[in-house]
Amino acid sequence: MVDPINQFDRSNDYKKDFPILKREVRPGVPIVYLDSAATSQKPESVIAAMEVYYRQLNANIHRGVHTLAEEATAAYEGARERITNFIGARDTRELIFTRNTTESINLVTQTWGRSTLKTGDLVILTEMEHHSNLVPWQMLAAEKGLRLEFIPVNDDGYLDLDVYQQLLKLEPKVVAFMHMSNVLGTINPAREIIRMAKNAGAITLLDAAQSIPHFTVDVNEVDADFIAFSAHKMLGPTGIGALWGKRTILENMPPFLGGGDMIKKVFLRSFSANDLPHKFEAGTPAIAEAIGFGAAVDYLVSAGMDRILQHEQRLVTYALEKLKRIHGLHVLGPDSVSAKGGVISFTLEDIHPHDIAQILDSEGIAVRAGHHCAMPLHERFKITVSTRASFYLYNDEEDIDHLIKGLEKVQQIFR
Amino acid sequence: MDDLYREIIIERSKNPIYRGELVPHDISFEDENPLCGDHLRIDLRVDQEGIIREAAFSGHGCAISQASADLLLEYVMGKSLDDVRRMHKEDLLDLLGIELGPVRLKCALLPLKILKAGVYGVGGGSEALDEEVS
Repeated sequence: MVDPINQFDRSNDYKKDFPILKREVRPGVPIVYLDSAATSQKPESVIAAMEVYYRQLNANIHRGVHTLAEEATAAYEGARERITNFIGARDTRELIFTRNTTESINLVTQTWGRSTLKTGDLVILTEMEHHSNLVPWQMLAAEKGLRLEFIPVNDDGYLDLDVYQQLLKLEPKVVAFMHMSNVLGTINPAREIIRMAKNAGAITLLDAAQSIPHFTVDVNEVDADFIAFSAHKMLGPTGIGALWGKRTILENMPPFLGGGDMIKKVFLRSFSANDLPHKFEAGTPAIAEAIGFGAAVDYLVSAGMDRILQHEQRLVTYALEKLKRIHGLHVLGPDSVSAKGGVISFTLEDIHPHDIAQILDSEGIAVRAGHHCAMPLHERFKITVSTRASFYLYNDEEDIDHLIKGLEKVQQIFR
Repeated sequence: MDDLYREIIIERSKNPIYRGELVPHDISFEDENPLCGDHLRIDLRVDQEGIIREAAFSGHGCAISQASADLLLEYVMGKSLDDVRRMHKEDLLDLLGIELGPVRLKCALLPLKILKAGVYGVGGGSEALDEEVS
């Protein structure tokens, strides 16, 4: 009998663009990288763009009048423009460079939140949040006396929107949530959640760290007030991310960090803040990284976000089908591919994920083991830890076959 | 690799001898590995001469940490609290008989860190071992 899921075209045009995927973990053991939800690998073009900056353009930006400074500034601001376009925004003043998603969210809580929210105000989050969209709000709640409520996650890994509807009657000031779960892979209905929040008069923040890298997110379509994301999960370098925000809101926010570049004028006892987006970018930024971020976006655009989504859904379908056949393996979250991104977390009998990950590593397979910075979510599913395999455009069916073989070895050892 | 999951590690993690809780106990201490959320508690009963007469561990963790806890408690049975204070990480690693990278080393040494913290009183032992580990 022909195996229907083995009929896919196994070729992958993207893999060759990622130099690290050519290395061996140990002599004779090639890398099988299934940890892109933690960080993605970088294509040659991103690495080259950053190298070009250091070899040919290196200078501090914005203030200098010499050629290098002008070219570096143009490259940095050019990256901002391409990233702005990539998320469907029109105004580059709305795109603020940060260190990562975490810093973007902290920027919102520490400036907008601190200056706007008052004792007793309600913030709605979800049970599936990454610690980066929990802890900043907990810190602000402790400081300001805010109330926190959580949209529950049901057994199938979806948000319970009926409960959300009830919570909205409590008149929240903020609804902040992740677009796609880094553990369950659940793609939350962002547009609907945001529309409901707006009707209730709340400001919305979308943690798009796992979504923007994998499918088209158009800021006009989702209509959030703030969107946070990181370059390193979308083929770019570490150390740079972005906060997109609506201009009217950003303009009324106090600055975040104080220092150079974020000012217009400075006196001994006072300063006036610079215009957007520089108001939120104090000090010399990560220039090479911003340029690398821009190159990453170029790569994604040329690959085509729709093709990337299709490719990953094909891989998830294939992987779920194969994983189901492993006795004692339980997948967390949705089993419907239409609502699940390229992230599969699972438990295997009572074998500890660290042991699973270690044995897989001996086969060159990189997966993640632990709570994936979502301890409350694991608690909700009454487990402490899980093993996670996550995919990106450079993965193929062969990588998944390696994973399956590796898991069989795990079972053999713990038999 | 196959060395890392030696027969004894698998056997001791699946069928530990010292798994359980002692109530009442003379010494009890628990802690966790923040990297993986693994949690471990060790209970001891000690006689008047300071000799460990009964020992048990509870909690959850990977095969390495479970086997390490079981082998450690077996080793300290009948030994004095002073003997425990004098233990080094190498003593435990010898019991395990495996080579570990820095991340898994924390799994393997968590039981000793907890045992020492219990014997020294909260904090003291774990600081002493942290220095040794890092």
